[in-house]
Amino acid sequence: MTLRRGIFLSGIGVISAWVLLPIWLIAASAVGGQGQISAWPKPLWPAGGTLDGLASFLAIEGVWKATANSVAVALLTMAMAILLGAPAGYALARFNFRGANLFRVLVLMTRAFPVAILALPLTVSFIRFGVYDTAFGVALMHTTLALPFAVLVSASLFQAIPRELEEAAWVFGCTRWQAAMRVVLPLALPGIVATAIFAFVISWNEVFAASVLTVRNRTLTAYLLAVLSESPMHLQFAGGFLLIVPSVLFIFLVRKHLFAMWGIANR
Amino acid sequence: MPIRWLPYALIAPAALFLGVLFVIPLVQTGALAFQVHDAWALGNFTRMTGDLNFADALRNSFQLVLVAVPVQLCLAMGMAMMLRHLQRGRAIVLWVWSIPLGISDLAAGLVWLTILTDQGYLNSVLFHLGVIAAPEGWLTYETPFALFMAVAIAEIWRATAIVLLILVAGVQMLPKEYGEAAAVFGASPWQAFTKVTLPLLRPSIQSALILRTVLAFEAFAVVMALGGRNFPVLVSEAYAWKHFNQDTGVAAAYALVIMAISVAATLVFLRLLRTPVEQQT
Amino acid sequence: MAGVVIDGISKSFGGTVALAALDLDVADREFLALLGPSGCGKTTLLRIIAGLETATTGRVLIGGRDVTQLPPRARGLAMVFQNYAVFPHLRVRDNIAFGLKMSGADRDRIARQVRRTAGLLQLEPYLDRYPAQLSGGQRQRVAVARALAVEPALLLMDEPLSNLDALLRLDMRAELKDVLREAGTTTIYVTHDQTEAMALADRIAVLHGGQIEQIGSPSAIYHTPATRFVGGFVGAPPMNFLRTADGRLMGIRPEDIDLVDEDAGLAFRVSVVEPLGAQTLLTGTTDGQLLRVALAGEHAIATGAALYLRPRPDRIRWMDAATGRAIAAG
Repeated sequence: MTLRRGIFLSGIGVISAWVLLPIWLIAASAVGGQGQISAWPKPLWPAGGTLDGLASFLAIEGVWKATANSVAVALLTMAMAILLGAPAGYALARFNFRGANLFRVLVLMTRAFPVAILALPLTVSFIRFGVYDTAFGVALMHTTLALPFAVLVSASLFQAIPRELEEAAWVFGCTRWQAAMRVVLPLALPGIVATAIFAFVISWNEVFAASVLTVRNRTLTAYLLAVLSESPMHLQFAGGFLLIVPSVLFIFLVRKHLFAMWGIANR
Repeated sequence: MPIRWLPYALIAPAALFLGVLFVIPLVQTGALAFQVHDAWALGNFTRMTGDLNFADALRNSFQLVLVAVPVQLCLAMGMAMMLRHLQRGRAIVLWVWSIPLGISDLAAGLVWLTILTDQGYLNSVLFHLGVIAAPEGWLTYETPFALFMAVAIAEIWRATAIVLLILVAGVQMLPKEYGEAAAVFGASPWQAFTKVTLPLLRPSIQSALILRTVLAFEAFAVVMALGGRNFPVLVSEAYAWKHFNQDTGVAAAYALVIMAISVAATLVFLRLLRTPVEQQT
Repeated sequence: MAGVVIDGISKSFGGTVALAALDLDVADREFLALLGPSGCGKTTLLRIIAGLETATTGRVLIGGRDVTQLPPRARGLAMVFQNYAVFPHLRVRDNIAFGLKMSGADRDRIARQVRRTAGLLQLEPYLDRYPAQLSGGQRQRVAVARALAVEPALLLMDEPLSNLDALLRLDMRAELKDVLREAGTTTIYVTHDQTEAMALADRIAVLHGGQIEQIGSPSAIYHTPATRFVGGFVGAPPMNFLRTADGRLMGIRPEDIDLVDEDAGLAFRVSVVEPLGAQTLLTGTTDGQLLRVALAGEHAIATGAALYLRPRPDRIRWMDAATGRAIAAG
């Protein structure tokens, strides 16, 4: 191994450590409990935890409820983003129609705006329609965040499926609907699942809209933000760790589709 | 089989949804900001600009974007180039490097809080190295620079991954022949990078910058986690006006300022980094 | 089995006319090739017959039934696509059975047809594989098997061999001819490759600029082209056209020209000699006009040589220089 190669590989190692070390440290803080937090100075290699911190965090009334709310909101967001976004993506991929560009502009425009902030005026209408402080209401707002992403990604997914395959299905006896279900959907499915998972993560991580649109039915992020100043450190760390775990898992699950999604959706 | 109405039926639900939950709130935000007690007025803006925190928030938001985004871009570009030269283990390295993509700004703030708090890991390391004798505060009102750096580092840690992915996707779409052609015609690796790779990556750089700038102006939970209200930024002020003062009007005024900045930044990047039609491949 | 009638089909995209009021009859069990350069409208015509595209005017009749308004699935036809369009998520077996399953055929018939067509196209060893595990040639066979399995009244093929490499294309061409003769299906075959059309078809329709230039047997198309375009498009190298003093064109195929002694023919100066083994190809000028000559066998002729040529009189095709059309009896 040459010196250059050595420098190159240690560069890769340093960056990997820069990414992973903070995650390791919050994990250690989360399982370490109060003793670990107040220890000074801390040992450079965190001692094995006992899950005390995490357990005491989970024991707080409201944490489970907030987590359940987060999951519900994220699942609803995921379902709505895909059910609304995939058909629109299909239309963009397969048809030349008047207004296609207008729609594309509407979708792209959302990207120039900090969409979550639009939750501010929604409180009033949400209260009027009875969806304020509900998982469904937050999911509506989160779908606005995830939908443009779902439309653009599914459009590129469908575009990647040769039109000929669909035409072959029509020739061999399928209606449009049957061809979409039997040929297009199975081929696009892995990408659509990855998109759905991403919609889940977008919702799971969102703080501002969730905080504005809920009072009692907090999501996990809104809950953590609300108790930041008043709860002990070790509970905050446990909460932060709890937030990270599903995200990291999801990124692992969709790792093969990361490019198809971020690369194409952002060109 | 042209069924004329089919594409419209397919986009209608999404278009309707975005109309109701994006366009209408957009208009409503404007209305809220320009109304005081149901009458058109600029009161919200005068109250916003008259607030002690406004100038700080504006300055902090801009500083954060101006420091974090360029660093993210350079770091991500370096990482993308390193990945290009990595033969084995590329997939796993790429996965590790993209992990922060799934981490919210709130979680990122908490992650760096474990490191930077008084009895955190940074102080412990410094103590073991003999640099400090007792816990040092980094995130207080008295240490604005350290606090700013902490927020910037947390943002850089979290959001470089998105830039990286966009750039790597762009790099993958570049045919290898371009670089090889440059090498054949005598370009050094650095020349090939600056004269060939960088200009060809312009569309990717453009979308990365737009996405990152808009999102960086939107970040606030990272700030709340690390500094509370010691380090006001625009969105955290909007949140505070809504949450603590119950004043949606001023919050909406903040929202408009943030949106104006985001849209302006987007337009600037679209203009500055546009690829001329005749150069498009 | 069914004949096809194309009755005044035209197609325009926006302002451009892709097909101009075409009429065409295809007999039952006939193999018709639609031959033409890219952009001539041949694929558009095929897609209109398939129902994948709607005609601006005109009707399509299959087996005497007007199918113009019917979707593809209701037309009783099958198609082999240029890129095969073999479903990547289905095994070979399920690809072949796809059409039968969609039409609700019973299990026995499906199994029987899959076995029969897989046998016909030598696909038995691959029935449980996915298309990604097959070579290009094998995928092409799956596409043909899938089409034949439904026992269509009409089989449409859109440049089915164009994605195969040259050698494989030659093999598949012969195989296809054999299989299709056995099946006896009415076939419309789109190609830009004139040797493919000549080798396979009962009749060839040459399309140019959205119009049919000529319909006829391969031999008629080759030896008695109706227009200058057909003579120039069919055959490699193409037919020569020499302008005469009286405003006519003399069409003569390169291989229908003989070397003769001095004074007995056209003076010809050779500029390029290409020894191809079976033929020797000469390019040069006579009376200032470009001429190609294909001599059988090998000849020791040097570049720059002056030769004398004689076109075989019975092979000459006279054309009107202004219209580019053949003159009936010249």
